[in-house]
Amino acid sequence: MSRRDSIINVGSVRGVPASTPGTSRTSPKSAPWWLWATALALLAPVSIAIVSLFLRAFGASSTVLETLLTTRTLRLAGRSFLLTILVTAAAIVIGVAGAWVLTRTDIRFKTAWGVVFALPLVIPSYVIAMTLISSGGPRGLFANLVGFPLPHVTGLVGAWLTLTLSTYPYVFLITSAALRRTDPAIEEAARSLGSSPGRVFRTIVIPQLRPAVGAGALLVALYTLSDFGSVSLMRFDAFTRVIYAQYSGRLDRTPAIVLSIVLMLVAGVVIWGEQRSRGRGALFSRKPTRPPSMYRLSRGQQVAATALLASTVALGAALPIIVLVGWVVESLKAGDGFFLSVPAILGSLTGASLAAIVAMAAAIPIVVLGVRYQSRRTAWLERSVLFVFSLPHITIAIAVVSFTVRYARPVYQSMFVLVIVYAAMFLAQVTGPARASLLQVNPALGEASRSLGRGTFRTMLAVTVPLISRGLLAGGALVFVTTLKELPATLLLAPSGFTTLAVRIWAAADELLYARAASSALVLIAVSVIPVYYLAIKPKDVRNS
Amino acid sequence: MKRLISLILLLVLASSACAARDDSLVVYSGRSEDLVQPLIDRFSDETGIAVTVRFAGSADLAATILEEGDHSPADVFFAQDPASLGTVALAGLFSELPATLTDLVPARFSDSERQWVGTSGRARVVVYDGSRVDPSDLPSTEDGFTEPEWSGRTGIAPTNGSFLAFVAAKILSDGEDATREWLKGMAANSSPTYAKNSPIVAAVNAGEIETGLVNHYYLLRFLAESPDEAGRNFFFTSPTAGSLVMPAGAGILRSSGNQESAQAFIEFMLSTEAQMFFAEETYEYPLLPGIPADSLLPPIGSIPTPDIDLSDLATVLDLATDLVAEAGLI
Repeated sequence: MSRRDSIINVGSVRGVPASTPGTSRTSPKSAPWWLWATALALLAPVSIAIVSLFLRAFGASSTVLETLLTTRTLRLAGRSFLLTILVTAAAIVIGVAGAWVLTRTDIRFKTAWGVVFALPLVIPSYVIAMTLISSGGPRGLFANLVGFPLPHVTGLVGAWLTLTLSTYPYVFLITSAALRRTDPAIEEAARSLGSSPGRVFRTIVIPQLRPAVGAGALLVALYTLSDFGSVSLMRFDAFTRVIYAQYSGRLDRTPAIVLSIVLMLVAGVVIWGEQRSRGRGALFSRKPTRPPSMYRLSRGQQVAATALLASTVALGAALPIIVLVGWVVESLKAGDGFFLSVPAILGSLTGASLAAIVAMAAAIPIVVLGVRYQSRRTAWLERSVLFVFSLPHITIAIAVVSFTVRYARPVYQSMFVLVIVYAAMFLAQVTGPARASLLQVNPALGEASRSLGRGTFRTMLAVTVPLISRGLLAGGALVFVTTLKELPATLLLAPSGFTTLAVRIWAAADELLYARAASSALVLIAVSVIPVYYLAIKPKDVRNS
Repeated sequence: MKRLISLILLLVLASSACAARDDSLVVYSGRSEDLVQPLIDRFSDETGIAVTVRFAGSADLAATILEEGDHSPADVFFAQDPASLGTVALAGLFSELPATLTDLVPARFSDSERQWVGTSGRARVVVYDGSRVDPSDLPSTEDGFTEPEWSGRTGIAPTNGSFLAFVAAKILSDGEDATREWLKGMAANSSPTYAKNSPIVAAVNAGEIETGLVNHYYLLRFLAESPDEAGRNFFFTSPTAGSLVMPAGAGILRSSGNQESAQAFIEFMLSTEAQMFFAEETYEYPLLPGIPADSLLPPIGSIPTPDIDLSDLATVLDLATDLVAEAGLI
């Protein structure tokens, strides 16, 4: 703790007002009502639907506690928790290492690597799982490459590998954005005072990145908890597998709902852990006025860093894409052609872009409340965003179906509800990066604006939003990409006849029509590459303007 | 930015234009788009009735219909298994079908109170590795797979809808206790578990496991793609739930204001044209008498069948799931 405080002082030496953010500066003011109203506009209806589903479950059945308190439930919770910890740890290591190498060293082909390293994000995790399964094993591709039989990639190892590969981009993207924003002068000062690069990284870079890495890691952990596709393909006995089984096998939804609540409690432990470790180490500094000096890699380091990037990308993006292309080629050879569904492409683009816009708009008041008006209530607001993100999509979808069919029939199965649910489901992906951005913005800027006569609302629009726009847009791009991959809510809540690429992949793969599934999957990847290109490349151009 | 917004608005318009057809029939289909959409298109072409389809899992759609109650937007529920159909029938949400429709198929493939009618048949079978297993060594019912000699050799998909429907059928034919013992035996035999039928068939073809309990048509699809696969289908020789033929089928929602078109839809699914489509394209058993199934399949009448009423399947579905969970398989 003391070390972290000392770094904040280093910041203040550089001319930033020496006050800790959050506490002393903001607590006397209370948040304007409209900030709360807009913060709750999106979140409240979805949360109410979920809570009423939970209450109905408890009202409907006396077997709730029996389902809850079996040793099996505890064991499942333990297994899911273990997987979450393993995936999160690995994703942090890969994501932070990649971010540092690509923003702070002179590694070659930096721009290309920046895009490619984020690419596994756009590949649905069940596709990664499918290709790892078909490439592993004694007769698989890897065994042929190395020349001796290898074990099957399944179970805990398989699930860990799949989920690490599909989630580390969260840490990578959010951390590299933060690295670009941090003022290199502090690092240079430390280095000029004789600190080794390692020590600079440990004592200056890491604490500055703490909010960003934390935000990324939290997304990774909660994504892992809510994921169903890859754990079921990898045959790892996680919580979601049992929840889905209970949903599909019973008329009585109570056990599945109760298990969803337990999953939420596990998510609560994760969220609590992240918040405990947050401390008060938020750091704002002036906008960096010049690019940081690059760490020169020796030839050996150059090779090692490239190997790290290449092997990760090979497993997480290249292999799945090659396998998909292989299936499509087979289908072309068989004369079946490339299956392209225009309604599915239109549906995917519409749903994902609307979800991204709504989520970005909804995130602004939540982040401002959480950072500038920190209180117990705003802490719960932020937590509820995370809880919704951690729930299996099927639970949210069922909650919203039963809520809208009862109380909002005119909008039942409408695009409106679908977009609201998408945005609420993935809101955490915007509030995470946006919060990290806002923590790096000096609150004095907002105060200056207000003292010059602008109201809170206009200050927010004219000063705060532009300053955190990079975080917001990064989050919006994440929402866009994950919405493209979403399945259960789309199936149950979309207008009848509405279809998306993810739906096409699911339907075709379910019927073993792999060539068709592969066509749609390749189109989905191609569509997702645009926002990822933006995430990885554009910020660099913007910075110099 | 302006250009981006107008592009998105354009997309919204375009996709809502695709979705909005007011006079149309709404079908909730648990059968997948890739299999049945071509058939539904033919129906629309021939009758001029536009059809909007919502595709999702059969069980999810059944649950959605229960939530919707009397206000379901759906006219027809086209499901993959009798358990999902039975769920809706139990809730009293189907209207009674005319006997002229239900009488088209053998009585055991439609609901005894004419709430739904089967449209194609799917047999439970054992898929085995023809290069490693002699079919004469296979047991005469699924009970044999709990013997120690089969330890670790038989793949099952305990969370899959068709496996659960089979367990429900076993409860009806053998009783709750025998079914519980069987599931525990399969668990004790460390039978490898899979998410669905198709990975089991793939695992048998890949030499990963020797046998698996699945539906009959997956193997036929694999063989159609690559005739050299090692997998073969085995039908149990004694009447048992493990060789039950379960229909995919359809029913008309009571709340539908479009009963006539809905009946036309089901009638079409039972036409010679549609039944040939099921036989040839999806490798299922046609249920209309006189239409042959795929040449690799034994005639539907020759499969030994336990004496149970499929209409009752939904009443023991929850119990089936509980027993599977109790055995530690989910």
